[in-house]
Amino acid sequence: MRYEDVAELLPRLLDGNESIDAATLAFIESDLRCQAELARYRKLLRTLQQLRTRYLEPSPGLLAQTLAALEEASERRALRSVLTGRRIAYGAIGGAVAAGAATAVLVARSRRRAGLRLAG
Amino acid sequence: MDHAELVTAAQAGDRQAFEELVRQTYVDTYTLALRLTADEEDARDVVQETYLRAWKSIKRFRGDAQFSTWLYRITANAAFTQIARRRRHRTESLEGVNEPVDVRPEAQPEEMAESRADLERVSDAIALLTPKLRAVVVLKDVYGLPHEAIAEELGISVAATKVRLHRGRKRLRDLLFEDGRSAHAV
Repeated sequence: MRYEDVAELLPRLLDGNESIDAATLAFIESDLRCQAELARYRKLLRTLQQLRTRYLEPSPGLLAQTLAALEEASERRALRSVLTGRRIAYGAIGGAVAAGAATAVLVARSRRRAGLRLAG
Repeated sequence: MDHAELVTAAQAGDRQAFEELVRQTYVDTYTLALRLTADEEDARDVVQETYLRAWKSIKRFRGDAQFSTWLYRITANAAFTQIARRRRHRTESLEGVNEPVDVRPEAQPEEMAESRADLERVSDAIALLTPKLRAVVVLKDVYGLPHEAIAEELGISVAATKVRLHRGRKRLRDLLFEDGRSAHAV
């Protein structure tokens, strides 16, 4: 086994060695180049983890813009809910009117038919 | 009020409480957005989009994860959308997105073995990764999100996130070390 054969496996070892067979692991543990490379990967990982608490300062105005966008979105939402409420109300009124008209037509028709039957 | 109390108030519709959450977290959100997009303008858009989405779905936050973790996931999702949109607009290739920058220590000898400079150099190297590799490296190795959460946000399998993570680490190593022999490069 050579270093080149196992080099691709080294970044995986940072997360544990479950997926690597025993013979390969034994080689990695005994090979100085592998160990040096692993040390480099571990140091890289430590540095990456340190970045977590290294904040990047945004240019001024971002907070104000974000809060303004939120306010705008909230207003749009409120307006939409009012419009939706009105639409539902208008729909219900329209439906009731249509149902009333349909009933009136049916009643009138049935009365007319009854009148014709009596006349006949 | 701490985050938990502010979240509870925001879930009850208190926008002031939500705005306080924004004030307390926006620098963190911006930092993640910038690390993911590697573009200041995009990062600002991502921050706004993140809080709009968070406000819209705050009632769905159940508190089984930390609020910051929940926010990271929304930020990551908004960043991927932004990156995809930018790619469509600029027909940017997924491979090699940025100008090549030499981040090896011999290119900046005065910065060798300086912890702050190490962080700078790693930050620069992250920005040189492709968006796909960068996303997984940042979310896993910097922010510690589990593979499952990353896979869900990226819409890929857990196995694919692992492959991308290992490729990303390898690429960073290649960017930061000349030939694998400069032990103090990071």
